[in-house]
Amino acid sequence: MSEALLTVSGLRTHFFTRAGVVKAVDDVSFEVGRGEVLGLVGESGSGKSITGYSIMGLVDPPGRIVGGNVLFDGVHLTALPAEEMRHFRGNRLAMIFQDPMMTLNPVLRIDTQMVEAILAHENVSRSAALERAKEALSRVGIPSPAERLRGYPHQFSGGMRQRVAIAIAMLNKPDLIIADEPTTALDVTIQGQILYEMQKLTREMGAALIWITHDLSVIAGLADRVCVMYAGRIVEQGTTAEIICAPGHPYTRGLLDSVPGNAPAREKLKQIPGMAPPPLDLPSGCPFRPRCFRATVECEQTPETRPFGTSGRTLRCFHPLPPPEEES
Amino acid sequence: MAGEETPARRIASDFIGNPLAVLGLVLLALVIAVAIFAPLISPQNPYDLAQLDVMDSRLPPGSKALTGGTYWLGTDDQGRDMLSAIFYGLRISLSVGVMSTVIALAIGLTLGIAAAYLGGRTDTVIMRIADIQLSFPAILIALILLAVLGQGTLKIVAALVTVQWAYYARTVRSAALVEKRKEYIEAARCLALPPSRIVFHHLLPNCLPPLMVVATVQVAAAIALEATLSFLGLGLPITEPSLGLLIANGYQYLLSGKYWISFFPGVALLITIVGINLVADQLRDVLNPRLQR
Amino acid sequence: MPVFVVRRILQAALVLLVMSVLVFVGVYAIGNPVDILINPLADQLEREQAIARLGLDKSLWMQYWAFLSGALHGDLGRSFVHSTSALGLILERMPATLELALTAMLIAVIFGIPLGLWAGLRPHGIAGRTIMAGSILGFSLPTFWVGLMLIMVFAVMLGWLPASGRGPTTLLFGIPVSFLSLEGWRHLIMPATNLALFKLALLIRLTRAGTREALLQDYVKFARAKGLSNARVIGVHVLRNILIPIVTIIGLEFGSVIAFAIVTETIFAWPGMGKLLIDSINLLDRPIIVAYLLVTVAMFIVINLIVDILYSALDPRVRLAEAKG
Repeated sequence: MSEALLTVSGLRTHFFTRAGVVKAVDDVSFEVGRGEVLGLVGESGSGKSITGYSIMGLVDPPGRIVGGNVLFDGVHLTALPAEEMRHFRGNRLAMIFQDPMMTLNPVLRIDTQMVEAILAHENVSRSAALERAKEALSRVGIPSPAERLRGYPHQFSGGMRQRVAIAIAMLNKPDLIIADEPTTALDVTIQGQILYEMQKLTREMGAALIWITHDLSVIAGLADRVCVMYAGRIVEQGTTAEIICAPGHPYTRGLLDSVPGNAPAREKLKQIPGMAPPPLDLPSGCPFRPRCFRATVECEQTPETRPFGTSGRTLRCFHPLPPPEEES
Repeated sequence: MAGEETPARRIASDFIGNPLAVLGLVLLALVIAVAIFAPLISPQNPYDLAQLDVMDSRLPPGSKALTGGTYWLGTDDQGRDMLSAIFYGLRISLSVGVMSTVIALAIGLTLGIAAAYLGGRTDTVIMRIADIQLSFPAILIALILLAVLGQGTLKIVAALVTVQWAYYARTVRSAALVEKRKEYIEAARCLALPPSRIVFHHLLPNCLPPLMVVATVQVAAAIALEATLSFLGLGLPITEPSLGLLIANGYQYLLSGKYWISFFPGVALLITIVGINLVADQLRDVLNPRLQR
Repeated sequence: MPVFVVRRILQAALVLLVMSVLVFVGVYAIGNPVDILINPLADQLEREQAIARLGLDKSLWMQYWAFLSGALHGDLGRSFVHSTSALGLILERMPATLELALTAMLIAVIFGIPLGLWAGLRPHGIAGRTIMAGSILGFSLPTFWVGLMLIMVFAVMLGWLPASGRGPTTLLFGIPVSFLSLEGWRHLIMPATNLALFKLALLIRLTRAGTREALLQDYVKFARAKGLSNARVIGVHVLRNILIPIVTIIGLEFGSVIAFAIVTETIFAWPGMGKLLIDSINLLDRPIIVAYLLVTVAMFIVINLIVDILYSALDPRVRLAEAKG
């Protein structure tokens, strides 16, 4: 097995607010191999976005990384001084955000925003940078790129803006791209297009991709491996096939069941009962306990991450689901 | 433990936590106390001519009076004890400022809610007038009004009210419009609830937070404006000298080094305005939901 | 863009017209026009002659028409005190006021924006807190009292600067200015700083608030995610965004600075329009008051117009929307 590109071990990112400490990311560990697509799935508030920010070093106060390690291609990112980390961002590590409307600066032209991303890391001429920007735009499928470069963000539709953001992310040929719910704010029809484009582009470039989402159906066709997050922890990890076909954690089962396409026709849509716990008031022991149909007294202890099955899967649960063959 | 804080308690604890806000409250309390109890705590009634002795005029701070007692802050050109004059002056400055603010608030509130609730023509007319007025500096409007109307307490209050009402009207209208657009108001209207109920129960409470902030700032502005106008000789008549007039009195003695006649009333004015602004600042931060981090 | 400029100009002309009606009504219909326009020392015969000459015995509409045509020709009456054209007097004093106001605004901008930016970037540091506390002091201080204290300290006690008046002037493009000489600066610096204080405090607070809000926006995070240097994120991304509303406010506040100059000019005996106004109010020289009003209203309307145009030029969202519509 080739050495992983990114190794996150025991990452903890806490927010020190006036109302208390929010453990947004609480002991998260996973690996991403070169060219691999990892899906990071969870509800809003599960800490998946913050995980992405933590890797990029973009956690804003009152939050900060309080423990753990992020190893990227042999470099300890969490230990780097700010100026050195800056050389990685946008260069070898790139991020795409959720809301394309606000990610691009409304008062600056598109070419300015693209060229600066190149010039921040390389000493090339402005015209060379412009050429690369134009190429990048056409690669993401934006027509008449030369004209579009001179436009402003509000002149683009939501889908186009996100394509521009993707183009920017890929400008410096990063080894890893973190995409934080890039299609959530877009129309369903556009979603599919963007998904396809990203898949194609990352494969062409050989870049690894971490796709953060709350929508399991998106992951199914896209990711090689999946991490399921709940309340700041990873509760299950494995290949996409394993997770989708034989989920081990009751929460994963719940997520799968609530996807409308999965429900048998005419039956009531299954939902996970209850709501995600407030981040300041997590239940003791396993955080999923109040909503879990398999919970017992034992679950008042906090479950540790343990290997599950044979192929490098992990699970954080006292009562994993039996594999599907046993059910019938 | 978390989530137990009611909004009122949070506002209070925010206040205490910020030393500047506490300072503001203390200064404000001091000023208000002085204003209310001026006749009781002044060593001298500066407007009772019988108590004045022109021989005592223009004495520096700390001088002894012929009758015993000390002129802690000196005397002015008529022999008035500065400390007493300042106490009385504070009273007048504060009452004129507060009175004009209250009246302007009432007018602005009424017009703002009317504009928001009735909409259409009423709204356009009221807001146009408000906008045009707000595009001119307050001091200019007040100056011209007083130049035409002449001197007098009522007239200066009228000028201050004219200058302020538009702020309230605009603030109230925005807040009321936000609330009005919410769906439950539509529902209430459909249920044919009387407009007065909708207005008082729903629209009005929503306007209060921004109104409080604007009103507090405006009191300070009104006091400052009145002082400026009095200084220019256009404000209150000499029989009711506010701090502005006291400062004006001392203007002519500056060049001969008798600074105290202008200096101390100015400090009193400063303390008042700073106190109000500190409190207003904290109010604004606390009531602004976006900066809650 | 030209279409919308024309539209704005037409709007401005309309407001000016409305203002002229208001001023006219104030002077001719409400006030006693005889008192306002005719020298109170005139005897009965002269009054009657003046009334006939000024057309005050004609109908209101005719009077307004006469007033308007007079105004369009630059005739707004003659000063009682100086016996020269009121408008001429005002225009003569305008350069002094503008010089004072522009210098004050410049001081406020040069110091206010950087200080506000710093306070917004590090709101909890000592420097940030001091700047904010200072700004509260800045706009709480009554301008006129500060002026007096400045004179007290710098002119009387220390003797460094002159207590009043304007320095020697030289002609710049035909306009008398005093800032080209050191002596001129010695006279200019105190009143300009006094006038600037309030706006300085305002700008600091505005810039700080704008910076704090801008830093919370997604585009700042995205800019950092691109690996841009902090200098570029703040200096280009944040600054370009907050400058747009700030420039607008600077423009609008400029009118207020001109109005506040009335007080500063009085204290420092600066020979501008403001001092003329106060003197005229005290001497009951009403034609000057009328002329000042109209000139100032016209100035404000022009300033508002320029600010409108400037805003749309700076904010691409507005500029392109206007071009379409």
